[in-house]
Amino acid sequence: MKGIIFDIKHYAIHDGPGIRQTIFMKGCPLGCWWCHNPESRSKEIISYTKEEKIDGQIVEKEETVGCQYTTDELMKIIEKDTVFFEESGGGVTFSGGEPLLQFDFLLEMLKTCKKRDINTCVDTTGFTDPEKLKAIAPYTDLFLFDLKHMDDKEHIEYTGVSNRKILDNLKMLDEMGKQVQIRYPLIPGMNDDESNLLRMLGFLNRLKHKYPVSILPYHKIGSHKYKRFGLEYKMNGTKEPDKEHVETIKKMFENAGFEVTVGG
Amino acid sequence: MNERIKKLRDQSQHAIPHISAERALLVTEFYKSDLAQQVSVPVRRALAFKHILENKKICINDGELIVGERGSAPKAVPTYPEITLHSLEDLKTLDTRPKVWFRVDDETMNIYRDVIIPFWKGKSNRDLIFKNLDKEWHDAYAAGVFTEFQEQRAPGHTVLGKKMFRKGFLDLKKEIAEAMDQLDFFNDPEAYEKREELKAMDIAADAIIRFAERHADELEKLAAAEKDENRKIELMQMAAISRKVPAHAPETFHEALQHYWFIHVGVITEVNPWDSFNPGRLDQHLLPFYEKETTAGTLTEEIAKELLSSFWIKFNNHPAPPKIGVTAKESSTYTDFALINLGGVKEDGSDAVNEMTYILLDVIEEMRLLQPSSMIQVSKKNPDRFIKRTARIIKTGFGQPSVFNTDAIIQELLNQGKSLIDARNGGASGCVETGAFGTESYILTGYFNLTKIFEITLHNGTDPMTGKKIGLETGDPREFQSFDELIEAFRKQVQYFADIKIKGNNIIDRVIASNIPVPFLSLLIDDCIVNGKDYNNGGARYNTSYIQGVGLGSLTDILTSLKFNVFDEKKYTMQELLDATAANFEGYLEMREHLINNTPKYGNDDDYADEQAVTIFEIFYNTVNGRPNTKGGHFRINMLPTTSHVYFGSVTGATPDGRLARKPLSEGISPFQGADRKGPSAVIKSAAKIDHLRTGGTLLNQKFTPSLLEDEKGLDSLVQLIRSYFRMDGHHIQFNVVTAETLRKAQKHPEDYKDLIVRVAGYSDYFNDLGEELQDEIIRRTENVEF
Repeated sequence: MKGIIFDIKHYAIHDGPGIRQTIFMKGCPLGCWWCHNPESRSKEIISYTKEEKIDGQIVEKEETVGCQYTTDELMKIIEKDTVFFEESGGGVTFSGGEPLLQFDFLLEMLKTCKKRDINTCVDTTGFTDPEKLKAIAPYTDLFLFDLKHMDDKEHIEYTGVSNRKILDNLKMLDEMGKQVQIRYPLIPGMNDDESNLLRMLGFLNRLKHKYPVSILPYHKIGSHKYKRFGLEYKMNGTKEPDKEHVETIKKMFENAGFEVTVGG
Repeated sequence: MNERIKKLRDQSQHAIPHISAERALLVTEFYKSDLAQQVSVPVRRALAFKHILENKKICINDGELIVGERGSAPKAVPTYPEITLHSLEDLKTLDTRPKVWFRVDDETMNIYRDVIIPFWKGKSNRDLIFKNLDKEWHDAYAAGVFTEFQEQRAPGHTVLGKKMFRKGFLDLKKEIAEAMDQLDFFNDPEAYEKREELKAMDIAADAIIRFAERHADELEKLAAAEKDENRKIELMQMAAISRKVPAHAPETFHEALQHYWFIHVGVITEVNPWDSFNPGRLDQHLLPFYEKETTAGTLTEEIAKELLSSFWIKFNNHPAPPKIGVTAKESSTYTDFALINLGGVKEDGSDAVNEMTYILLDVIEEMRLLQPSSMIQVSKKNPDRFIKRTARIIKTGFGQPSVFNTDAIIQELLNQGKSLIDARNGGASGCVETGAFGTESYILTGYFNLTKIFEITLHNGTDPMTGKKIGLETGDPREFQSFDELIEAFRKQVQYFADIKIKGNNIIDRVIASNIPVPFLSLLIDDCIVNGKDYNNGGARYNTSYIQGVGLGSLTDILTSLKFNVFDEKKYTMQELLDATAANFEGYLEMREHLINNTPKYGNDDDYADEQAVTIFEIFYNTVNGRPNTKGGHFRINMLPTTSHVYFGSVTGATPDGRLARKPLSEGISPFQGADRKGPSAVIKSAAKIDHLRTGGTLLNQKFTPSLLEDEKGLDSLVQLIRSYFRMDGHHIQFNVVTAETLRKAQKHPEDYKDLIVRVAGYSDYFNDLGEELQDEIIRRTENVEF
């Protein structure tokens, strides 16, 4: 079986416990305006013309985004970092895109990792068939679960999909007693208003378990990629949130009894 | 930092490095005397040492608590004409060069012209060395195949053990007398040499005691004239201390620091030894004094810190002696490499981290001085807290402390035949060199340009930079049918140049042993007294000679490129690559892009590339390791560069990894600048593939963007990264926590970044004090934004 991976990050320290290797799987059903990996959306391998700068001179060349790996090939890469996993209590994180979009491959990878005692995290949008989520749950030590907007209309506006399935899936994981970390991308002017935050707190408080929350402040790092891949970047007026603003929101979560980290 | 320390620190920071002719005049005066002609060489050296210490100006700075300067003032730097004679031209160069300059006034120039040069011309140790070496050596040296550490500076490269924190020089004089009594003129053919050496040591011991007494005299004078009652009392106490140590063993914390400092000044006055001198395991040495006094109520943590701060400033007052020519290029810095060791294990193998360790870390953080350098030894037995405390200092971005693997150091020393106890009492000094403290002479003999040797291999024995044939004819690489043939040709060239280097060192060692014995240093290192032998003549318990390999990352990428592009993928022919490098890649932009971006590189945990690092390492190791030196010890290898990778790059043409002609090579065992693209964990994996335990030290530089260390998780991860590297037997790692953007700004506006300190290679330096090539090199090292 083969999966399509568009990046592998070593020494990832903000994608779950310990020092991790994060596998970025290609394909995403969402189209979040603020996405910094727009090249990850399509499931296919895509190519583009890259300009390499060599001491000020430019060389144009064909580059591809995405690479096929068999589970064996990918396991070999993952296991290169065993020493770091063991020393730090880390492991592998499957991210995306939306890793559940390549469900069969993901399931096989997770099963193999667990067989080899490697800690696993799945970083998901939550927008997926609940049966699939249920299927990977026994092999997933921690879910990094995105919560983007509580208002369904706004959710559809900014991400292209409804949040109902997402919220239901989170409730399901909660019922199952799985380890979850909530990830809240803080996007100024889109999901940082008081009413959304209060609804979010209300929803999280009604869950059976209290989960740690990480706030991921919006940054523009990925914006230049949109043009390169012929996509429209809709965030042109949005500024990166300042420290005080992030701190205010952090306090809000903390006052409601949540354990909060910023940036993963 | 209190007002006193702040003032002393400012004085040290703002002092202008300048040449002082005082020592040169005194040593010349003595060598001209009748007495000098009437005695043996060791005794002459001891009497010269005594003459300097009895007559040099005593300098006591306002408010200081630890006294003793090598020169007449902070950063007044003496010269050593008996070792290296500077010409008037050299002095002008020192005065006017843009970096690492030393001001030379007219009076000094006149003294040199009228007194120093006429007496020493053709007679310095440097002259003797160069006269004794053959044409092959000179050709290879001129081409930049290797450097020679002892051509301008005396050997030293050693560290004090615990002995001198328990003994005074009167105790050593007793040991000398006993050794004299044991001399057997009936049966021991060396009895006479031993007697002369022991006599010399005895004179040197008297000299340092006298030097301390002269400080006591001066302190009493100052006390008598002092208006401030508190300072008056202080000066009287300091005078009493200087009457007691170093003649007697220290009993208090203050005495221990002053005792060491007199010893330090003694070592760096006797000659200009490499790596100045070093108290070694300072937290171990100082703990008993600290515990005793804090229990008795005569010392507080605050006072201990003030004394340590004053002690720290003394190191900073002493820049490395002036270097010129190739030696200036290979070690272009004011830093003189006194490397304070903290942590590690005790003699019985248990965790050595103690209260003093954390106090010293506080002092290091607060003083933020280039000198002394600092490092922590990390054993599996040490707590994580110790590493994390250090990580908080590393995070502030001045490159210190560096981090060493105690368990690896011990295995390296055992592998070289040291006893377990001596190994546990050891550590690392200089940049990263493994040593048995207090018992070993471990001389660095010179950097070895592995990349240059491969360039010569690619040109069948000819140096393409000069067209001169200086190597062996090992075949035209265009006719090689396999990659293995190329490797075999390289192996032969390494053998050829290592032979030249080792032959040279065996000659140089003898010139030094007969010409510049060091009776004072010999007092300090076991078993020179018992053996009746000089430190420079095999008197120490262990005697090691190192050759330091340079360019591992660059050469790995070059070999990988040839294997990948010529032999495996067959994308280019050898001819095409040779043409491209001969043209310095002009007209070969696309090829160069391919070599840089699409060819496997060392530093990414990619076995295809990393196996070449292992090949190079094994060739170098097998050629050098275990060959006998002239002092009863052996040649060993280590992998560190100081700044020689810039010099070695400047003599090497364009290379098949895409590097342009004359650009710096990689440093230590670090990947070539910017070649590592998978983050610090991949670098560490690559670096751990060579067998560190068979070396005497390796140097790994790791860049870190400050954002990766912002939170607690970042610091914890750093601790775990270090533990991971050490679990794989890595020897050493150091961190540059700064962004390329900051460095670029600093290059443009140096005036706004006067305090910016970066890690170079085994030491830290002010960014502004680095040459432009080295600045560029460090910027390229830090370039990758994500990591």
